[in-house]
Amino acid sequence: MTTLTLSRALNEGLRKALEANAKALIMGEDVGKLGGVFRVTDGLQKDFGEARVIDTPLAESGIIGTAIGLALRGYRPICEIQFDGFIFPAFDQIVSQLAKMRYRSRGAVKLPIVVRVPFGGGIGAVEHHSESPEALFAHTPGLRVISCGDPADAYTMIQQAASSDDPVLFFEPKRRYWDKAEVDTEGGLAAALPMDSARVLVEGSDLTLLCYGPMVRTCAEAAVAAASDGRSLEVIDLRSLAPLDVETIFASVRKTGRCVVVHEAVVTGGLGAEIAAQVTQECFYSLEAPVLRVGAYTTPYPPSRLEEHYLPDLDRILDAVDRSFGY
Amino acid sequence: MAVKDAGRAARPGERAPASRAPASRAPAREPERPERRADPAELIQLLTPEGERVEHPDYPLEISAAEVKALYRDLVIVRRIDFEAIALQRQGELGIWASLLGQEAAQVGSGRALGPRDMAFPTYREHGVAWCRGLDPVKLLELFRGVSHGGWDPTEHNFHLYTIVIGSQTLHATGYAMGIQRDGAVGDDGEAVIAYFGDGATSQGDVNEAFIWASVNNAPIVFFCQNNQWAISEPLERQTRTPLFQRANGFGFPGVRVDGNDVLACLAVTRKAMQAAREGQGPTLIEAFTYRMGAHTTTDDPTRYRLSAELESWKLKDPIERVKQYLIRTEQAEMTFFDEVEAEAAAVGSRVRAACLQMPDPPPTSMFDDVLTTQTTQLATERAGFAAYLDSFAAQEPVLAEEGR
Repeated sequence: MTTLTLSRALNEGLRKALEANAKALIMGEDVGKLGGVFRVTDGLQKDFGEARVIDTPLAESGIIGTAIGLALRGYRPICEIQFDGFIFPAFDQIVSQLAKMRYRSRGAVKLPIVVRVPFGGGIGAVEHHSESPEALFAHTPGLRVISCGDPADAYTMIQQAASSDDPVLFFEPKRRYWDKAEVDTEGGLAAALPMDSARVLVEGSDLTLLCYGPMVRTCAEAAVAAASDGRSLEVIDLRSLAPLDVETIFASVRKTGRCVVVHEAVVTGGLGAEIAAQVTQECFYSLEAPVLRVGAYTTPYPPSRLEEHYLPDLDRILDAVDRSFGY
Repeated sequence: MAVKDAGRAARPGERAPASRAPASRAPAREPERPERRADPAELIQLLTPEGERVEHPDYPLEISAAEVKALYRDLVIVRRIDFEAIALQRQGELGIWASLLGQEAAQVGSGRALGPRDMAFPTYREHGVAWCRGLDPVKLLELFRGVSHGGWDPTEHNFHLYTIVIGSQTLHATGYAMGIQRDGAVGDDGEAVIAYFGDGATSQGDVNEAFIWASVNNAPIVFFCQNNQWAISEPLERQTRTPLFQRANGFGFPGVRVDGNDVLACLAVTRKAMQAAREGQGPTLIEAFTYRMGAHTTTDDPTRYRLSAELESWKLKDPIERVKQYLIRTEQAEMTFFDEVEAEAAAVGSRVRAACLQMPDPPPTSMFDDVLTTQTTQLATERAGFAAYLDSFAAQEPVLAEEGR
């Protein structure tokens, strides 16, 4: 066991991925000499060379489009999109090409490409640097969408994503990059939870709290706070947003009878809406209250001086828990 | 022969020596200043519209009678396939068809310049290139009939899937070329990529990004732009104020304009550019100056936006007729040869037609296949639900029959 920050855990995981497969590549803006603006790829170009850790021109569509071509040639690119809000120039390549080419080819083509996206707010950034666009990709058939919430998952999930033969959108909670935790860098991936499985992070009996990415830590804290009020919250880190591990969700909600979904993304049309619909459909007779959602308001991301009002926090989550128990 | 034209040609004949630098140290090439010829305002041509063979100092072409006849055969057959497909669409057998009429020479000339290990990335109109690569035209009809989205294996003929979003494939082609570099497959006995696109696509960001990536990586790629003068209803003036081949200068690699209705010139120019790419000399932009003689697709009506006189003037530059005239004039072919080619084209057309008419619809549940490499629980559940839903109708069918449909 080693104590690592989440960004360092990703770095170690990427190193393992590059070692595991000679066809694995890293490509993106500033990922080489600089090591990425968050230093996630620090030192990798030095150790693996410029042909495998590629500083690309500043063009996101180009990053994904050429990654597709490299994958067609047998390579396994791991792309970095520098910030969530910069993914949209690549949106067409991701949605129209990356997600659909295998289907178009009736299975002849595979595109083992990882798209790493630092996402979410809370770092006092300027516009376009704090967004949570994951639902747009979870809505797109042909992509796997996953997110890590702590350093241990960061380390294993980035390796699992790199070894997947499907395109994977990998959302990294950028404000948790500096969170530290114990990571087992000795054990292999065999014992790791599959990347498309949810994890019951905190067991509880009264209410199911669903979250992912940056909200995992906040929800774990909410469970501690709620316990002092005598409420036992079960916290589930979804980890995979497409596909959703609905069996784990349903089993928990059937047990607790209450469900609150938490994400930084805009509530309208978000993952919470999908989960609420599915839980209502499958767990209807177990529910004591409607599924509630905690997330961003239906506004663009506000200036950073306002972000603490905009982002879900401990109190907003506990408020939703209270409302759920009010039914 | 130098035909006066608006543009100025760079000189791909004079390049830096082939770089043997490994991909890890790419970009290896100093950006070179493309040298301008004394009279650069030209369109490279080796066969005039009248069928007269002319020489060009940068593109000497040794070609036998048998080879010219083979090109003629390709041209006639791909036009026939196209003709058949249009007819099939008109008869309701295809949903839509994008005709290549007028662009046969650009496609056959460039397509025949490729080696078996080279990789081609088409748009959705490269039926002639598909033919040259050996893809069964019936596969193309599958797409336009709505039986598949393409569905061929790109590695089988080194011919990638048709790409419908304009310009996207140029980035895929560039990435593939970067893969060739990383495989060390540049140099003697190297491989290269050709990316097809049209004049409209040159306005797309992806195409411009592809130029940049190819340039800074010195990637082994040829950008083959069929400038057919029209992007659906929009003439070239709506896309550019610069001759398209000149754009290459700004990106740091050579650009050249070729008579796109001259199969020999397209062959020679593409051969040279592909060879340069294979040897590690980087990208070339070829602008094949041609004309879309038909509609954009079978849904289009060109009479709304262009004059028939324009079409008539381009008919005089027909890509097939000039080859025939050349073969007759030089007595390289008997009249029986032309009859034989016609008969063969008719046979291909008939075969394609019959295959199209016999093409079954795919089973409904096949729409759940190949979304991901492994079937997710969600997709398996949706598929099972849909199958049960379909079965519920099958159970009702006898009742419907009884009611005297």
